[in-house]
Amino acid sequence: MNEAIKHPPRTHSEPLTVGTAEHRRALLQQMMLVRRFEERCVELYQAAKIRGFLHLYIGEEAVAVGAMQSLEPRDVVLATYREHGHALARGVDPGAVMAEMFGKVNGCSRGRGGSMHLFDVSHGLLGGNAIVAGHLPMAVGVGLASRMQRTGSVAACFFGEGAVAEGEFHESMNLASLWKLPVVFLCENNSYAMGTAVERSEAQTDLSLKASTYGVPAYRIDGMDVEAVEQGVRGAVAIARESGPVFVELMTYRFRAHSMYDPELYRDKQEVAAWREHDPITLLADRLRAAGDLDDDALAQMELAVTETVDAAVAMAETGELEPVDDLTRFVHAEATR
Amino acid sequence: MSRVTMTYREACRQAIREAMLRDERVFLMGEDVGAYGGCFAVSKGLLDEFGPSRIRDTPLSESGFVGAGIGAAIEGMRPIVEIMTVNFSLLALDQIMNNAATLRHMSGGQLGVPLVIRMATGAGRQLAAQHSHSLEGWYAHIPGLTVLAPGVVEDARAMLWPALQDPDPVLIFENAALYNSEAEIDDPPPVVDIRSAAVRRHGSDVTLITYGGSLHKTIAAAEQLASEDIDAEVVDLRVLRPLDDATIMASVANTHRVVVVDEGWRTGSLAAEITTRIVEQAFWDLDGPVARVCSAEVPIPYAKHLEDAALPDVDKIVHAVRRTLGEGA
Repeated sequence: MNEAIKHPPRTHSEPLTVGTAEHRRALLQQMMLVRRFEERCVELYQAAKIRGFLHLYIGEEAVAVGAMQSLEPRDVVLATYREHGHALARGVDPGAVMAEMFGKVNGCSRGRGGSMHLFDVSHGLLGGNAIVAGHLPMAVGVGLASRMQRTGSVAACFFGEGAVAEGEFHESMNLASLWKLPVVFLCENNSYAMGTAVERSEAQTDLSLKASTYGVPAYRIDGMDVEAVEQGVRGAVAIARESGPVFVELMTYRFRAHSMYDPELYRDKQEVAAWREHDPITLLADRLRAAGDLDDDALAQMELAVTETVDAAVAMAETGELEPVDDLTRFVHAEATR
Repeated sequence: MSRVTMTYREACRQAIREAMLRDERVFLMGEDVGAYGGCFAVSKGLLDEFGPSRIRDTPLSESGFVGAGIGAAIEGMRPIVEIMTVNFSLLALDQIMNNAATLRHMSGGQLGVPLVIRMATGAGRQLAAQHSHSLEGWYAHIPGLTVLAPGVVEDARAMLWPALQDPDPVLIFENAALYNSEAEIDDPPPVVDIRSAAVRRHGSDVTLITYGGSLHKTIAAAEQLASEDIDAEVVDLRVLRPLDDATIMASVANTHRVVVVDEGWRTGSLAAEITTRIVEQAFWDLDGPVARVCSAEVPIPYAKHLEDAALPDVDKIVHAVRRTLGEGA
């Protein structure tokens, strides 16, 4: 039985020497950006500027931010519908992300996708995929193309633990392992598939066993610790690039509701409060302070920089144009062919 | 230009071979396409010629390997994915519909999925209700897909290459009853587009619109009608999406009477779509109601007499034409 699923990790690993103070502050600032960006999204949702589904990553920032550190520009990222953090951590323009949520033509998917479907090919981001586990076979194909073309690129595929129950997870594990493809399967285990706790949906709650049975090496990482994520995923990416698929389970927690429509009847407030004690941003900030690498002034400056970025993103979204309705049926096929 | 005689199966195989020789990005992937030689023997011999990297046997994971084809296509390959039959393709419907057909639009034009999916369709071999259906009309419902149904040997050979040149996903439906059919065709094959219907028989009394496995039955019916002094025109759709409205309406304007022959079920069918378009676009050209010959609304049964009864055949087409011309059944 997996203790971490029911309870937050009790202790975090000792500070890792994965980077310079500057790099660690950069990790902190990236997580802060994701947090503040999404907090602003909530306000904008309440102001009806953003509509549709809005799935917040708050609490899970360490996963995307840590995991992206070891990916190269040639690598490809496939994420779920809870992917604002992945887009931002991958370097997608926050303004283009916000404009997308506003449904504007300067959004990263021209307003065709919204919050759940952020795409940016120039940053190797293939979604924003909202059919649970539907992008896993695609990640296998990205890995296949990498192998056949010998590009050396890796597919980094993020998905929730809920995806593990889908057949496509198993088909993808088998195929990636059979063909030894460079795919890193990054399972963001936040304990709940929407409102269904993992122990209420999985006969075997040790998810790493499911990967192992396909001959895929499996690792579990404290997903609240951005440095642990960075270090662990760096190793996984190296294995994938060299020899074949890897499964990484990142133990994390969603502090906020599943979506803006979720009254959170399925979990108790104490559990949420307990996990909030392990806030990934606080954790790293405290570590940096303890190491003498962060003081109040520096933190305030980071907050200011993040606020400016978010303000600029909102401004870009506000001033963006709506795509003319005459263009409704564009992009169903490539432009030149029809 | 020379002429060569080959079967529909050989035409499919030659088309794959030629594409693989022309473009190193092309590879074939599917269940039993390699060591077994293809469940309909289409890919027999290709493993020896091209090796296991380009003739890729997959596990029985329709969703997995169709999705893998999508990912590989996005990343610059030109996969040909073979699904054994359209019934099995339902296991990959999520990938075809929610990913292949959708990604370009959903990404604001950034992504393209230049993927070709081939699959067998149709009944007539006593394979019962999980191997015999004609669901290509369902796929023709989906924006973002191009849907082809080569009904003659020449098209089986010629349509794959333009399908592979398309920057978006193309589905090719091969009616399994056609694999053994044989014809003399041009070699090298003609260049065809994948947008146009073909008029297979010219006539002035009635237009018979069909495709795929029903084409030969329809032509046979037209020949029989000719002996009764009924001159039928036969339109082979070849492309089920997008439909070639111009060819259809031109024929209707010429004959004023229409029978649509479709191996799919009648309700909500491709035949229904064609009929509606004719009513919308050529109503005043019609001298009578449009008739349809479709499969009976049952899961296709095993017993031969029942299967035969469920499918369009020459007699049913002839009777429908006679009714349409007001000459009774």
